[in-house]
Amino acid sequence: MSGVRVLVGTKKGAFTLTSDGKREKWDVSGPHFAGWEMYHLKGSPVDANRIYASQTSGWFGQIIQRSDDGGKTWFQPGTPPGESTTAPDGAPKGESNKFVYNTSAAPLTTHQFYDGSQHPWEFKRVWHLEPALTDPDTVYAGVEDAALFISRNGGKTWEELSGLRGHGTGPQWQPGAGGMCLHTILLDPVNKERIFVAISAAGAFRSDDAGKTWKPINKGLKSQYIPNPEAEIGHCVHRIAQAKQKTNLLYMQKHWDVMRSFDAGDRWTEVSGNLPTDFGFVIDVHAHEPETIYVVPIKSDGEHFPLDGKLRVYRSKTGGNEWEELTKGLPQSNCFVNVLRDAMAVDSLDKCGVYFGTTGGQVYCSADSGDTWAPIVRDLPAVYSVEVQTLG
Amino acid sequence: MSGVPEDDVTVRVELPAHLRALARVKGELSVEVTGTVSILTVLDAVEKKYPMLEGTIRDHATRARRPFLRFFVCSEDWSHNPLDKPLPEAIASGKEPLLVVGAIAGG
Repeated sequence: MSGVRVLVGTKKGAFTLTSDGKREKWDVSGPHFAGWEMYHLKGSPVDANRIYASQTSGWFGQIIQRSDDGGKTWFQPGTPPGESTTAPDGAPKGESNKFVYNTSAAPLTTHQFYDGSQHPWEFKRVWHLEPALTDPDTVYAGVEDAALFISRNGGKTWEELSGLRGHGTGPQWQPGAGGMCLHTILLDPVNKERIFVAISAAGAFRSDDAGKTWKPINKGLKSQYIPNPEAEIGHCVHRIAQAKQKTNLLYMQKHWDVMRSFDAGDRWTEVSGNLPTDFGFVIDVHAHEPETIYVVPIKSDGEHFPLDGKLRVYRSKTGGNEWEELTKGLPQSNCFVNVLRDAMAVDSLDKCGVYFGTTGGQVYCSADSGDTWAPIVRDLPAVYSVEVQTLG
Repeated sequence: MSGVPEDDVTVRVELPAHLRALARVKGELSVEVTGTVSILTVLDAVEKKYPMLEGTIRDHATRARRPFLRFFVCSEDWSHNPLDKPLPEAIASGKEPLLVVGAIAGG
């Protein structure tokens, strides 16, 4: 029997929402880690029971949590469930929370601050966890201040892939309104050495050697908030998504502008078309149709809510430019929520399900590729992230 | 008297609720401290006994106190005292706990 498990990170805890393949009746579990900011949870593509979670707090810093039973129980990697929390030999187990930058030499020492001055890199939190496509013990972490880390032992220890910050443009990266975060990690299912990341506000980057070396992939982007609108870096990319059947086909929701690339990011073209506003945070691709994509337009960078108080998903079946509004089941008056960049996901059931969460605490599901929507839950804390696992 | 006890002493520590949950303890902690009883040696002992708390009170890399945490000692704020300053006898003797307190900063 097929089913889905939706992993929801919120401002005050994590929740799991499970259903069968019909996606009509839901079991809600949580809050896990009540009171903590849960930036992101994601399951391994090769072991659905293995889930990683980023638990964070302005008071207590970063905690990495792991579940090996599909989210029923959790533990900090290095402290297996049920085992004494104290190492018999006194060896530290808090290494799973340790993210230390390589600051050995320039250009790894500073980045640009809000005021244009140079500022030392400081680890703040993990925004995004991306389990590897073939090994459940390998997982990548995108962090603030923007950097990419990898764990090859199930989250017990982390090392920076410092070639990203060190490729040369790092000192020009600057924070966006939400901080300087590496929020998107895409692992190419065909070219195993290829990784894409996106950073606010630096842009998109690609590695073709498993994270050792990197190059910016921002040609075609235009951003009026930087001195040279077409500069190589400095763009506030909010999200990128990859078509799984055509892995060179990428889509981007930039601060303003929805973009498309046919060549793995070498060149981008705007495909905002008839969208009522092309500001937004999320973008995702239908699981089976590489030209079908989804965005949630937000009024502007100064007003982070839907136009006219109407929550509308926009779908394009032509890879952008031509968009249709999807409203059935979504509130069409007095709705002033936001949909954050990691808060949309798709399942891979035959009839592709689409999910998104809002800062008002609703998580919506469409079991028919966006034609109709229904809330799974309405009253969670503000939703930071939504991921879905297709089970069975 | 403040102190450098000759033997190991048991020091009481009170943590915020979220850190107690991480450490899987209820109520106060108690840790054994050797030599000078200071915030530094008490935190070292706490992290050794409860290693999952590493990085939560002090930053992993800089070892600096997290800015939203404070150290209260016998009704005084010791957050900005040198971490190796000997703690009062009331703490070293276990009469009073060292309080690690989260700032009241909304959330």
